[in-house]
Amino acid sequence: MNLQRPGAIAEYIRGSAVWKSIVRHGPPDTNRNRALIVFENLFLHVHPVKVRERTLKFSHTYWLGGVTLVATAVLFVSGILLMFYYHPSVPLAYRDMKELAFVVDNGLFLRNLHRWGAHLMVIAAFLHMLRVFYHRAYRPPRQFNWVVGVVLMSLTLGLSYTGYLLPWDQLAYWGVSVGTNMVREAPFLGEKIRFLLLGGNVVSANALLRFYVLHCVVLPVALILFVSVHVWRIRKDGGVQGPYRPDEETGEES
Amino acid sequence: MPDVIDPAALADENENEETSRRNFLGKIGVGACAAAMAGSVVLTLDYLNPKVLFEPASRFTAGSAGDYGEGTVRFHKEQKTFVIGGPAGIWALSAVCTHLGCITRHLSDEGVIACPCHGSRFDLEGNVIHGPAPRPLPWLEIQTDAAGNLMVDTSVVVPKGKVFRA
Repeated sequence: MNLQRPGAIAEYIRGSAVWKSIVRHGPPDTNRNRALIVFENLFLHVHPVKVRERTLKFSHTYWLGGVTLVATAVLFVSGILLMFYYHPSVPLAYRDMKELAFVVDNGLFLRNLHRWGAHLMVIAAFLHMLRVFYHRAYRPPRQFNWVVGVVLMSLTLGLSYTGYLLPWDQLAYWGVSVGTNMVREAPFLGEKIRFLLLGGNVVSANALLRFYVLHCVVLPVALILFVSVHVWRIRKDGGVQGPYRPDEETGEES
Repeated sequence: MPDVIDPAALADENENEETSRRNFLGKIGVGACAAAMAGSVVLTLDYLNPKVLFEPASRFTAGSAGDYGEGTVRFHKEQKTFVIGGPAGIWALSAVCTHLGCITRHLSDEGVIACPCHGSRFDLEGNVIHGPAPRPLPWLEIQTDAAGNLMVDTSVVVPKGKVFRA
């Protein structure tokens, strides 16, 4: 075999048994193969095989859902990296945050990336919700995806709020004291919900641990689940809907 | 003709019986799963409810009555309580703001209790003199222990005006 020929190495890899066991379709040289690339891939199959050209225009969606999704990915990566140094305990939490900021290499960068990413995620999700509302994309057949989106908004705010306590500084402590006192005003169950949320009557070590578990496990897992449904439903409901066009009242794919 | 049995009808009846038995067992199965799920929800909620709390005790000693001459305001940080001496006697006020739970401070030069979070102000009897606090600061029970020291219980609220007289 002559590997000097241009493209021969790529051809050799494509022809190998290992490659063929992972990727079953051929190179994207036919329409059929281009379609197979999308629906034979776990990560791409939630996406439509073909989209209308106008849906790719910036002003169609302002990419706000995509921005939210990318911010979420950044937050997952930076958050996991922060977890390697952070202990969710009263004597260590604030110390670890300072260690990340002043001692650990690139710690300040990661912490700030996580912080600004979180702000971006909340802002982009909110603008995305407005965009969907003003484009009337909450209407049938997308009404269920709007509901999923509302759940995602709540999860986003929950993640933002539980992360707020973790630095264990004055801002965090009083922010969470005030927030959990608002919970108290919920009818009938307010006191009980607050007690379960804090693991006690005051913001204490129990509250720090509970917020940590919610922030790092419970809410992210729920978020992954609902984001998967949300993105998959976009395809099932006929792709992203851009600006409202009266001629599409028939419910045809836009 | 009641004494003539139609075999087809009999087969149908058997089948119905079979189906209903299967339905019945199926329902028992679904019911058992639902009961187990409900039980696990109850168990989980119970598990999340802490049994022992390492929080400050609600009763604490606040010194002797002699420590609280007229105009004395002492803040007990751990229990978040003011113990105040006035002309008629001694009373204890919760220092937790009735708005959203921040800890208030006594501003001695202005003679008021103020909350740093949202600007609520109270007089020394706990009355709201400036919002957003919706309610006055609660008065807490004061008793004496065997040695004659003041014992304040932050978990017992008494009506406003019930001062302790030594």
